[in-house]
Amino acid sequence: MPHSMSADGAPSHPNDAEILPDAPNAETTPAEGAGSRVQPNEPAGDKLADLLFDGDDDDEFPSSSAPDAKRAVEASVPAPQPVGVDTDTMLAFYQRLFPFRYLFQWLNHGIIPSPDFGNREFALTLQNDAYLRYQSYATADLFRKDILRMNPSRFEIGPVYNTNPRDRKTLRGGQMKPVSKEMVFDIDLTDYDDIRSCCAKANICEKCWAFVTMAIKVVDAALREDFGFEHILWVYSGRRGAHAWVCDPRARSLPDDRRRAIAGYLDIVRGGSSNGKRVNLKRPLHPHLTRSLDILKHHFAQTTLDDQDTFLSPEQAEHLLSLLPDKTLSDALRRKWESSPGRSSPSKWADIDALAKTGKSSTLNPTTLRDAKQDIVLEYTYPRLDSEVSKKMIHLLKSPFVIHPGTGKICVPIDHRRAEEFNPLTVPTVTELLSEIDSYDAQHPPSHASADHHPEGESSVPNDSDARGSRKLQDYEKTSLKPYVEYFRSFIAALHKEERTGKRERNDETSEAKTECMEF
Amino acid sequence: MIRQDFHRVDPKRRANLDPRKKQFASSAFKQQDYPHRLNFYDVPPTAEITLEQFEQWAIDRLKILAEIEACSYRNKTAAETATHITPLLQKFLPLSSNTSSSSGSADARLANERQKDHYSHFILRLAFSATEDLRRRFVRAETMLFRFRFQQDDSKEKRAFIESLNLEWEPVGDEEKRKMAEHLVSATPGLRRVDDETWYKVEWERVPELVERRSIFVARGKAYVPGREQLSMIIAEFTARLERALELTSRALPRLDEDDRLTPILNHLSKNFGSADTVYSESEGVVDGAPITAGNIDRLSNHFPLCMRSLHMNLRKNNHLKHFGRLQYTLFLKGIGLSLEECILFWRQSFKGFTDDEFNSRYKYNIRHAYGDVGGDVNRRGRGYLPYSCQKILGDSNTGAGQTHGCPYRHYSVDNLIGLLQSTGVHDKEVLRGVREDVDRTRYHIACNRVFEWAHKSEIKKVKEDGSWNQTDLDTIVHPNTYFKRSYLLKQVGKAPQNA
Repeated sequence: MPHSMSADGAPSHPNDAEILPDAPNAETTPAEGAGSRVQPNEPAGDKLADLLFDGDDDDEFPSSSAPDAKRAVEASVPAPQPVGVDTDTMLAFYQRLFPFRYLFQWLNHGIIPSPDFGNREFALTLQNDAYLRYQSYATADLFRKDILRMNPSRFEIGPVYNTNPRDRKTLRGGQMKPVSKEMVFDIDLTDYDDIRSCCAKANICEKCWAFVTMAIKVVDAALREDFGFEHILWVYSGRRGAHAWVCDPRARSLPDDRRRAIAGYLDIVRGGSSNGKRVNLKRPLHPHLTRSLDILKHHFAQTTLDDQDTFLSPEQAEHLLSLLPDKTLSDALRRKWESSPGRSSPSKWADIDALAKTGKSSTLNPTTLRDAKQDIVLEYTYPRLDSEVSKKMIHLLKSPFVIHPGTGKICVPIDHRRAEEFNPLTVPTVTELLSEIDSYDAQHPPSHASADHHPEGESSVPNDSDARGSRKLQDYEKTSLKPYVEYFRSFIAALHKEERTGKRERNDETSEAKTECMEF
Repeated sequence: MIRQDFHRVDPKRRANLDPRKKQFASSAFKQQDYPHRLNFYDVPPTAEITLEQFEQWAIDRLKILAEIEACSYRNKTAAETATHITPLLQKFLPLSSNTSSSSGSADARLANERQKDHYSHFILRLAFSATEDLRRRFVRAETMLFRFRFQQDDSKEKRAFIESLNLEWEPVGDEEKRKMAEHLVSATPGLRRVDDETWYKVEWERVPELVERRSIFVARGKAYVPGREQLSMIIAEFTARLERALELTSRALPRLDEDDRLTPILNHLSKNFGSADTVYSESEGVVDGAPITAGNIDRLSNHFPLCMRSLHMNLRKNNHLKHFGRLQYTLFLKGIGLSLEECILFWRQSFKGFTDDEFNSRYKYNIRHAYGDVGGDVNRRGRGYLPYSCQKILGDSNTGAGQTHGCPYRHYSVDNLIGLLQSTGVHDKEVLRGVREDVDRTRYHIACNRVFEWAHKSEIKKVKEDGSWNQTDLDTIVHPNTYFKRSYLLKQVGKAPQNA
């Protein structure tokens, strides 16, 4: 495949030697180091792959054209909050920052191009809003080239088909079938509109992002502990939600009815706002719900009661009363709250227990009240998933790291272990990133660029220090995108590790079975 | 493809079949004996039967499957279905247990019954493997038949049959059971003590329905299945194997190098398995001469069933409906005879907060797609989708947050349902009480029909008396469009004399 080293790659030839050994560079944590150092296990493949894929590694080629493009961008989009992202910015982003190589490795489950990537559907939304489905690419290079050519405002990832999606017209109807796709989940804050008081529709703030944080915690715990999945990538959707990609081999090959089973398992908030009590659970609570309740309890106190002060308004308070099981109790509460308008949510929530304890209502059963309160906590905090997304293997979902066209923010991965620290408002926008490159380059003139980065490389991997010292810094490493890309890389490394051991086990099985067969 | 495959001829037997000599060899398979009443249909039949038997057996089984499917479309409960099916099974496809024979094990009569069951199943596989739709329906009906028979089997034979299947169920040890006790009890509805049950550990993928209902404990990818859920697991296994086998059959079908003896029979069989979806023909809901235009929908909505009426009310209230609500309502409107142009006009006028551009780019395509005006070849040729039946609407188990589609009887909480009914003018206490009862017993369509009968009490009485409508015209309603049509026509009947 020498063609992959064509025009774009040409200027990089002199640098190849320096770039190659660095591919897994600058580990920030020991875990990442372990993951990426696995690669030398397959020296031949590694080399070959690097030969093939360093194309998107060298972002130096646009040195002449990119700054022009960028200067134009800065001139045209001076506002800190860009409403839309113009085409030049988009192109500069794809050229300099988008981690094509990692995206390829992620979907390819290895470094040698396989059908896992080649038969994968991509759907591109072009700048004129045309929607181009069934695109597919054999290698990371071709993928990158086509994205640069099309310069889509965003693109989505679909399933791996049993054949190349581009060939679908040559097949008889119904012959092309999806074979695998990550199991995906979609959380969107618009589904929380009736319980968040701070923002509505497309707006978000830190307060209501808490809903997404708790959703991530609950869903992540269930997927890991109950279903045994390990490789779950959470991605900020760019505006007001988050996606999950469950990448375990077992999850990727789930047929639709099993996906529906998981979606149903996780789904407990039902019906529209008109449907009254939306959480009705059997007792005793399922272990999944007990655990979720444990996770959500303090979030309810913090977010729903304190931050959102959800029950402040009379309408919301009335809804709360309608969820209580005892009429005498809710009447008493209503009288109390009407007499003191503006009573805050935590006090109202405490009132329920206080009044119940006075024993005014003879019909009230403490267990029923406790159960109802649990249901209420869940109704106000439990994840509201858009389950249609999860149910079908063929569902397309926006790729990580693309730009949200409305906000200009990058769809960055969220580290589930530190989900609470994630703040959507500080996620870098594309314009910020591009200017970060500029200011970095201004501070570090090209000739000394490498020297400045020396110490970090030396301390972590002393043996590589020579090669590392002279290698050219990637553009993303000059920006605040760096930690996100690095997290993504460590995620991929862990996935590849599993993929390899899994394959080896399968192969062992195969050879054993073969010998068995031979005996007959 | 190394895993042991059920369809592979075992190596010892294969040795006789040198591929080069295969076509000359006389088949060396021995006659199958049928030690169990039930059959997973793993091994295809090999003995010869006459052409008459071929056809007759297939037709007999088809009758049973068609009845089973009809029962499910009428929303009959398991008990109702059982009483309906039992005599038919006795007549067309008897299958007796070992204990019913004098010797206590399989004798000639039993063997014949089981042979017929076995052969007819495989003949129908050939007939129903051709298209995705046929395959799905065949699997559904066969699974229901299997479930029915499995439940009837006596427990000793059931156990023997299960053991013969060699399923990979790992029993949960006492130690582990004690450790998990609390989780197991709270995850399994209706269970008092863990010790009462034997537990099996299986991959959760094998019991998706239990997982979906959250009535099983799952940990690290393993599901802990109590012994009494065996049925569910066996059924899932049966379905899975049958689906896989049908897939294989469909691929082998073009190579069924056959003279013209079997193919016509097979084609005939698959045509006779009339699709219950297509039983509802497109023109059925259309009322001749009714003024069905965008402007009239508000007035006509009095005749709509509650599901559509609540969609309409929601649409008027919010000036918007979510996707599935739009789809359900659009198809219904299409079903009552609203033309595409009028339908687009209706939605355009209803979505007040949107500019023409927004409307055209976001919503128009879907409407046109539902009418078959755009989309793939299949969609255009089939003129879009059919209006949803009650079956379909009820089956949509998951109406997520903010969704308004579905069946109010099923998807609303009872109090909201009663409120909704009252807002549409149903105040009769007796009817509301009846609806509550029906909903409690999950007989949603009965509740809907109850409301219909109450609302058209006098008209129904009238047409019954003057004999202009017979009983089939007043059969239980199982389709929203039937509801509209009948309601509209009845009101016309009611009005007619005043006009005259």
